[in-house]
Amino acid sequence: MSEAKLDTLKVEALGDCALLIQVGADASEQTALRVYAVVQHLLTDPLAGVLDVVGAVCTVALHYDPLRVGLMQDAQTPFDALAQQVAQRLSSFDAAAAAPAVEHKIPVCYGGDFGADLEAVAQAHGLTEAEVIALHTAPLYRVQMLGFAPGFAYLAGLDARIATPRKPTPRTRVPAGSVGIGGELTAVYPLDLPGGWHLIGRSPVRFFDPSSERPSLLVAGDRVRFEAVSAQEYGQLEGDGQWR
Amino acid sequence: MALRVQRAGILSTLQDLGRYGFQRFGVPVGGVMDEYSHRLANLLVGNSEHEATLEITLAGPRLEFLNDTLIGVCGGDFAPTVDGENLPAARPVLVRRGCVVDFGACRLGCRAYLAAAGGFDVPLVMGSKTTYLRGGFGGFEGRALRRGDVLAIRETGQDSYPSLRQELVSGAKFAYPRWSVNANSAFLAHDHHRIHFVSGRHWELLSEDSRQQFFSAEFRIASDSDRMGYRLEGPTLSLQTRTDILSEAVTFGSVQVPPDGRPIVLMANRQTTGGYPRIGEVATVDLPLLAQLPPGDTVHFEGITLETSQRLYVQRDRDLGIMREALRMRARQ
Repeated sequence: MSEAKLDTLKVEALGDCALLIQVGADASEQTALRVYAVVQHLLTDPLAGVLDVVGAVCTVALHYDPLRVGLMQDAQTPFDALAQQVAQRLSSFDAAAAAPAVEHKIPVCYGGDFGADLEAVAQAHGLTEAEVIALHTAPLYRVQMLGFAPGFAYLAGLDARIATPRKPTPRTRVPAGSVGIGGELTAVYPLDLPGGWHLIGRSPVRFFDPSSERPSLLVAGDRVRFEAVSAQEYGQLEGDGQWR
Repeated sequence: MALRVQRAGILSTLQDLGRYGFQRFGVPVGGVMDEYSHRLANLLVGNSEHEATLEITLAGPRLEFLNDTLIGVCGGDFAPTVDGENLPAARPVLVRRGCVVDFGACRLGCRAYLAAAGGFDVPLVMGSKTTYLRGGFGGFEGRALRRGDVLAIRETGQDSYPSLRQELVSGAKFAYPRWSVNANSAFLAHDHHRIHFVSGRHWELLSEDSRQQFFSAEFRIASDSDRMGYRLEGPTLSLQTRTDILSEAVTFGSVQVPPDGRPIVLMANRQTTGGYPRIGEVATVDLPLLAQLPPGDTVHFEGITLETSQRLYVQRDRDLGIMREALRMRARQ
């Protein structure tokens, strides 16, 4: 396996058209900030041949075209050349210099038809529905990564008192805007999708718009706070067709 | 310029080389399963290799061409006909207005690629014409073709293959040259295949027995394989320790081992990230072959180094470059 070691960052191959930069070893806040900073750095000033920059829990992947990697020394593979450039680039970079995270306030109508599993989640933890809502709206969540589907943002920071293992059998269709709890994470379904998370509410906000330059409302590193709204307010917000 | 869909086939979608640049928003790359056949089909009709082709799966469509159109078909063998006569593959074919091209059931491989000179006229969504069915965007209205659809084709502005045009003027229904490109489809004629593989991040997590078995055993492509992933049936692979993997990016050809020990090769419609141990990747040059193998066929994996894998990649591009130049010359005839 090919590897190029840095002081703290490790670069390894992800097949012949991608590489993985190991930025940390855990799912901590500190690692997340470094992932965020590395992604921002590599997006602002892209390296030749790089097609995609994908941050995850403690890694950043670069998908690249081996034919378009710049500055290859003789007898160097495209991977070695790009790994070296990544190492150089990141040796002199300051994680603290990254742009500040964007904060979103997301309206959610909890329970009833919008959150079919709210009652079950409350019961499972010996809480009232109002207590679950209070615990879910309290934290300032952090977008850990995107995945599963376009615009699907895994949010870290869920109160352990309402963490709930995924359902054994997923639903075949979860409507767009549904707010779910899956293990120690929470998320909003950006599209109609199959899904095994416990649904506790729904948001009228549009989370994914394929016609936009920045198609996903949430990106890794963003902060999210949920705000409980009534069914009436939900209807009004939905009517506004508001988009972020 | 356009074609009308008289019968849609099982799964006929527009695909190109994929939707890159948006994976950080969770948007899958998608694109063609068999990149090689797609690129060749485009080259045959003088298109950019990035132009969308129609990916045809297992049982093909019946298409009526509303204008004289230069087409190229590569990939799996669907025994296509033009108004009942055999349509030869792997070469440019000029089809007269009003003719019906009928793709049958697939006899060899499982996907064919139809390119039309000028390219299919659908809007770019996030820079790509790739159809993403789950998201309902891209390609033709974000969905597979249906009966009655009229798919627009752009004017080429090129007067390629004048000799074929002459044959149409003389009354032929369709015309094609007496040569074809080497589309490498002969290797599909077996039911057991060697797939090159580069071991990766979590290879060492496999037990020693499983590491040996991975290269010695035969794996059968399971019936629930699709554009998202190929499930492999064979020996159950075991991990030395039960390790929780923190989710990270995956790619076309990543081989994941879920807790049940049955490996999955991630294909064109893979998600952007995954949380299962990832033991390595199929060499990109072998993905077109794998993409053509129907459920039931068997493969075995042969380990190569990353260096070899990238050398093969560069070599393939060089070969396609030579093909591109040769076809550019031929198109003047």
